[in-house]
Amino acid sequence: MLQSITDKDGVKRYLITLKVNGDAKTVLVKGNAILTNVLRDHLDLTGTKKGCELGDCGSCTVLLDGKPVDSCLMLAVEADGREITTIEGVAANGALDAIQESMINHAAVQCGYCTPGMVLSAKALLTRNPHPTEPEVREAIAGNLCRCTGYVHIVEAVLAASQGRTAPAEH
Amino acid sequence: MSDNHKVIGRSVPRIDGPEKVTGAAKYTGDLKFPNMLYGKILTSPHAHARIISIDTSEAEKLPGVKAVITHKDVPELKYGLSPARWDENIFCIDKVRFVGDKVAAVACVDEDTCYRAMKLIKVEYEELPAVLDFRHAMDEGQPLVHEEYERNINTEIHQEFGDVAKALAEAHHVRTDVFVGQRTYQAPIEPHSAISMWEGEKLTIYSSTQSPHYFQYYIAREFGMPMGDVRIIKPYLGGGFGGKLEPTGLEFAGAVLAKRTGRPVRTFYDRAEMFAHNRGRHAQYMEITTGVDKDGKILAAKANFIMDGGAYTSLGIASAYYAGALLPMTYEFDNYQFDMFRVYTNLPACGAQRGHGAPQPKYAFESHLDNVAADLGIDPMDIRIRNARRPDTVTPNDFRVNSCMMRECLEQVRQISDWDEKKKNLPHGRGIGVATGSFVTGAGYPIYRTDLPHAAAFIKVHEDGTAATLYTGSVDIGQGSDTILCQMAAEAMGYRYEQMKIVAADTEITPLDFGAYASRQTYMSGAAVKQAGEEVKKQLLDLASTMLSLPADDLECAEGVIFSKSREGKTLTFEEVARKHFVLKGPLLGRGAYTPPKLGGSFKGAAVGTSPAYSFGAQVGEVSIDEETGEITVVGIWDVHDCGKVINPRLLHGQVHGALYMGMGESVWEEVLFDDKGRIKNAELANYRLLTAVDMPPIQSEVVNSYEPTGPWGVKEVGEGATNPTLGMFSNAIFDAMGVRVNSLPLTYEKVWRALKEKREREETKAA
Repeated sequence: MLQSITDKDGVKRYLITLKVNGDAKTVLVKGNAILTNVLRDHLDLTGTKKGCELGDCGSCTVLLDGKPVDSCLMLAVEADGREITTIEGVAANGALDAIQESMINHAAVQCGYCTPGMVLSAKALLTRNPHPTEPEVREAIAGNLCRCTGYVHIVEAVLAASQGRTAPAEH
Repeated sequence: MSDNHKVIGRSVPRIDGPEKVTGAAKYTGDLKFPNMLYGKILTSPHAHARIISIDTSEAEKLPGVKAVITHKDVPELKYGLSPARWDENIFCIDKVRFVGDKVAAVACVDEDTCYRAMKLIKVEYEELPAVLDFRHAMDEGQPLVHEEYERNINTEIHQEFGDVAKALAEAHHVRTDVFVGQRTYQAPIEPHSAISMWEGEKLTIYSSTQSPHYFQYYIAREFGMPMGDVRIIKPYLGGGFGGKLEPTGLEFAGAVLAKRTGRPVRTFYDRAEMFAHNRGRHAQYMEITTGVDKDGKILAAKANFIMDGGAYTSLGIASAYYAGALLPMTYEFDNYQFDMFRVYTNLPACGAQRGHGAPQPKYAFESHLDNVAADLGIDPMDIRIRNARRPDTVTPNDFRVNSCMMRECLEQVRQISDWDEKKKNLPHGRGIGVATGSFVTGAGYPIYRTDLPHAAAFIKVHEDGTAATLYTGSVDIGQGSDTILCQMAAEAMGYRYEQMKIVAADTEITPLDFGAYASRQTYMSGAAVKQAGEEVKKQLLDLASTMLSLPADDLECAEGVIFSKSREGKTLTFEEVARKHFVLKGPLLGRGAYTPPKLGGSFKGAAVGTSPAYSFGAQVGEVSIDEETGEITVVGIWDVHDCGKVINPRLLHGQVHGALYMGMGESVWEEVLFDDKGRIKNAELANYRLLTAVDMPPIQSEVVNSYEPTGPWGVKEVGEGATNPTLGMFSNAIFDAMGVRVNSLPLTYEKVWRALKEKREREETKAA
C-alpha cells in the first residue's frame, strides 16, 4: 500500500520510489501524474522527451525492468519500486554505449528529438536479440517516429552495432 | 577543379552527436528557470464566430493563476510573416476565424492550473457561417473570412511569358489535366515552445524557431522595441520543415505574460495545438495544359491553380508564387502562363512546408507529362531527357541557371533503377515511375525588405590556438548545419574539424543570419563562413611569413599545419602562430558576410523563386499494387541529385532519405482532415499517419559530380529539393502499375481500389 498525504483542498499525493538509472529516487506525486512528467519535472531527467502524450511517437520511451515503454502512457504510481532506465543511464561513466557510438557515426541522428527513445528501443532489442535481422530492427523501432532520417541510417546503425562495429562503410 | 580538400567532402560525425545520443541536449521545453510560470493560450472552438464578450474574472480568482490576458492587454498591431499581408493579431479582437484561433492566455504556477484556469474564462460567441471548401471560397454569397478581402481572395497572380496561345495553337498535341493536392502538416517531433523573460526593458526569449533573426524583428516591431532590446536564443531544435519559421503566438503571449508577472513564463503547444497552428502545405487545385510537338518537346505550358490559404496569410503569398515560379525549372520551354488564386477559408493557416509550394505543382506537372507521353507513345524517361534543362540557361520567368545536370541525373537514375529492363518486364500489378525536381539554393530576397546581408559569421581562434569557435546566426534544426559550417570553417582556415566549436542562433552573440529556410544555409551561411575562415588564415600566414622569413604567398595552411610550398621542412603549427598572434596583436578573428547579387526580372512577383543557384534531381520509384485491396507496396526508390559539391556525404544522404520519407508520406498517407465544423479530425501523429520504420522501402540515393560556380566550394542545396520529385514519382509509378490515374493526393489505398474498380467496370461495359 502506497503512503499518501492529502492536502487541505483534498488532493491526494503518493510517496513512490523509482529506481532510476541505478539510484533510488523518492518523490511525492499525484495519482494522475504521468511517468514522463515525473522524470522530467521532479527528477530533471529531460532526456526523456515529450512529443505527443498519446503513445504515438515514442519520444518518451524508457526501459521499465528492461523493457521499452512509452512513459507518457504510464502513471508514475505504477512504476513504484521498479527499475527504470532513461537515456541518461545508457552511457556508463561517461563512456558511450555501442549503439550510441554507432548512431553518431552513421549520421543516424538529425534533430535528435526522437534519438533518446530510439536508442532505448534499440538497446532493448539488442539485449534480448543480439543479432537481429533488418526486419526485426525495423519492427523494434516502429514505435519510435522519426521525422528527419527516413530511418535508413538508424537501421544501419543498429545493425552495425549488433555486428560489433560502430563505424560505417563509407557511403 | 582541384579536390584536395582536407575537411570538406568527408562524413565527419555530427558536432552535436554526443549531446543528442545521451539526452544531454536541451531543447526549449527542457529548460527551467527559477520562479518560472507556465502559460497556455485559450483557443476558439468555432471555425467562424463573432466574439460578444470575454469574462476572465473567475479565472483570475483561481489560486495559482498569476495573469490572464486578452486582446485588451496586448498591442493591436497586426503581424504576419509576409509584410504584404500582415493580417494576424496576438489575440482575436472582433471574431475568430478558425478552430484554434487565439483568444486569451493564462500564466499559472503549473500546467494543471493553466488548464483549470482556461475552463473558467467565459467567452460568448455568435457563430457565423464558415467557409470550409476552398474551391467555393470565391463564390458569390460566401461569408468573408476577412471583410477587407473581397471574394475571400488573399492573393491572385497572373503571369505570362512568351506567347502561350500561339504555341498551343501550333502544337502537335495539346492536353489538359486537373489534379488536387491535399493539406499536409510538417509534424516535427518536438512541439513548439518558448520561454520569455524580462530584465528591465530587455526581453529574452528562448524559442523553438528556424529563424531567430526574423523573430527578433517581429517581436521588436510588435512591441515597438529597438531590436537591441530583444534577444532570441534557439536551443537545440527538434525539427522544423518550415513549420517553425514564423510567429506562433506563444512568443507574443509569453512576452506579455512575463512582463505582467515579472517572472519567466514557458508557453507551449501540445500536439493537437501544433496541428491547429499548422502552417503546413496548402491544399491545391491544379489545372495544367501543355502543348508538345510530335517528339514530345514541350512548346508551352499553362498552369491554373487555386490554393486553400486557411484563415491567415502566413507565408502564403510566397507559397502561391513559388507554386508557379519553379514549374518551368527542370524542363526547357519558352511559353508559360501561370494563374493563381490563394483564398481565405475558416481553417488553420497554411504556409511553407519542405519544398515550399513546389512539390504539389510538380506532382501535377509530372503526372500530366506522363499522360502526354502515354498519348504520344513515348517512354516517360525519354520525354524527360528530351526536355531536360541544360546548364547556363534562363527560364521563361527570368531565373538564371548556372550549373545544371538535369540530364545526367535522369540518365543515372535510369541506369541504377534498371529502368529499361523493368519498363519492359515488370509483372502485372507492378509499376515504375519517374519524376524530376528542382529547388532554390536560398531565396534571392529576404522575407522583409532590407539591404542587410543574408548571412554573416565570425570566427574566434582561442588564445592558445587549440580551438576555434564559429559564431553564426544560422540554425541547425536537425539538418546538420552546425557540423557542415564547422567543416567549412576548418577547411577555410586550414584547421582541424575536431578542434572546432560553435555558437549558433543567439541574436545577442552571433552575427545576423536569416536562418533555416529556402535551403540556404550551406550556400549562403557557408559563403560567409568561408570568408571568415580565409580572413583568419590570411592573418596567420602573414605572421608566419615573418616568423619563417618566407613570403606569405609561399605559405599554406592545412589541417593545423603551416608549411612552405617551396621548401620542405619549413613548418609551424597553427597553434603556435595563433598564440603568437594573440601575444603580439590581440584576438585572432575572422569575419564574413554574404549578400546575393541582384536577381530576376522586373515583372510583378519576379523576386519569388529567384536564387543564386538551383539544385536538380530525378527519382524513380517501383510499386506493387494489390488489385483486391488497393494496397500499395513500395518496392524501392532510387534518387540522383545534382546538389553541387558535397560537404558531408552521410549528412547529405540523410537529408535525402528524410525528404523521400516526407514525400512518400504525402504521396500515399498523410492528410489533415476536417469535419463539417472545421475541426481537425486527425490531430494526432498516429491518425495523421506518419510512416514508421516498417513502412519505409529500400532507398538508393546518389549524387552526380557537380560544381556550382557561384557557391562556396561549389555547393548547392539538397534538403528540400529532394522532396519535389517524390509525389509525382509515386503518382507515375502507381499509374504504370494500374494503367489508370488517380488525380488527387494522397494516393490512398481506397482511391486506388476505387480507380481499379471503375476501370474494370468500364472495360466490362465496353466488352458487353
